[in-house]
Amino acid sequence: MTLDWKTGGLALGLVFFAAVLLVKPIGVSTQFVILDGVLWDAVDPAVVTQTEDSYTATNAYLAKSGGKYAKAVANPLNYSFLFVLAMLLGGAASAWQRGGVGPAERRVPELWKANFGDSPIKRFAAAFAGGFIVLYGARLAGGCTSGHMMSGMMQTAVSGYLFAAGAFAAAVPTALMLYKEEA
Amino acid sequence: MEIILALAIGGAFGAVLDRISASNPNVIGRMLNLTNLKLMKAILLAIGVGSVLMFAGQMLGIVEVGHMSVKTAYLGVFAGGLLLGVGWALAGYCPGTGVVAAGAGRRDAFAFIAGGLLGAAAYMATYPAVKATGLLDAILGSNATLGAIPGTDYPGLTGLPGDTLGIVLGLVFVAVAFVLPERIIRKDARLPAE
Repeated sequence: MTLDWKTGGLALGLVFFAAVLLVKPIGVSTQFVILDGVLWDAVDPAVVTQTEDSYTATNAYLAKSGGKYAKAVANPLNYSFLFVLAMLLGGAASAWQRGGVGPAERRVPELWKANFGDSPIKRFAAAFAGGFIVLYGARLAGGCTSGHMMSGMMQTAVSGYLFAAGAFAAAVPTALMLYKEEA
Repeated sequence: MEIILALAIGGAFGAVLDRISASNPNVIGRMLNLTNLKLMKAILLAIGVGSVLMFAGQMLGIVEVGHMSVKTAYLGVFAGGLLLGVGWALAGYCPGTGVVAAGAGRRDAFAFIAGGLLGAAAYMATYPAVKATGLLDAILGSNATLGAIPGTDYPGLTGLPGDTLGIVLGLVFVAVAFVLPERIIRKDARLPAE
């Protein structure tokens, strides 16, 4: 069973509050960089190295802010990385408990199907390209829908409003162009 | 302790995103093409509830002000937001909801995550060039909040008291959530007559 917007919005707000009460504001997109770093460092262990008091990396992005990301790559069992893994498990448990996502929907989502047909290859290509643009954009912005839009606007962060303005200014026209058929 | 909190809060976040259908690309598409705004109402309500509780908790001394983390504003925040918006509409996923959808067994979500890992790697590779353009230079007071928040070093964009403003804006978000129509675009208005 899915939640109506009032119950669901309240529950989501309580999760964001719990995060900032107990630890820190929620954020997700950095962990894509950390997983990239973990995979890269597994192939080439020279990428991330320990310094006297912290970590550094041959990649300028991993090395920035005093090696904060390099340190997380070296120790991936940290709060932020486990948080995202737990999201996957929480999503899986919740979906399974409400009866799961049906096989047709798992293959090609219905709104996509109504507009672009039943080819999973086409859908996967769009989702892959979308993922590339989303994460490049999120790293350029320094956060995503969770960190900038929800956590940011909740804290009255100017950057959160700037991000949300950009995200909706692009997302709404794109969706209006893509999804003309309703489903 | 930190690990338990990560599992508990992250797990709850994933479950709630699943239950409000934020990880369902159909629901994202219908929100962004303005034909069903129930998810938008839930998101606005969540931001409002979170904001009111956090700032009220700070004023009562229950919430540690130091737990806040305000990001820096720079032109790339807006530019990155534009890019994310295009990809969000195309894929129907953002970074967090893509992970949750993969957990729910949606196959396209795995393609989204693979694309995302490549996109993040592309940013890692191009970061020095992006930085050289000045897109990452701080603007609007750097890591500013709308009003100065007592107990923090974040500059206030205005002279208003940040904690009271946070509660007021939180209530505005809640009000907008209730006032916002469930649907803006009607099907017959959008499609030409045949």
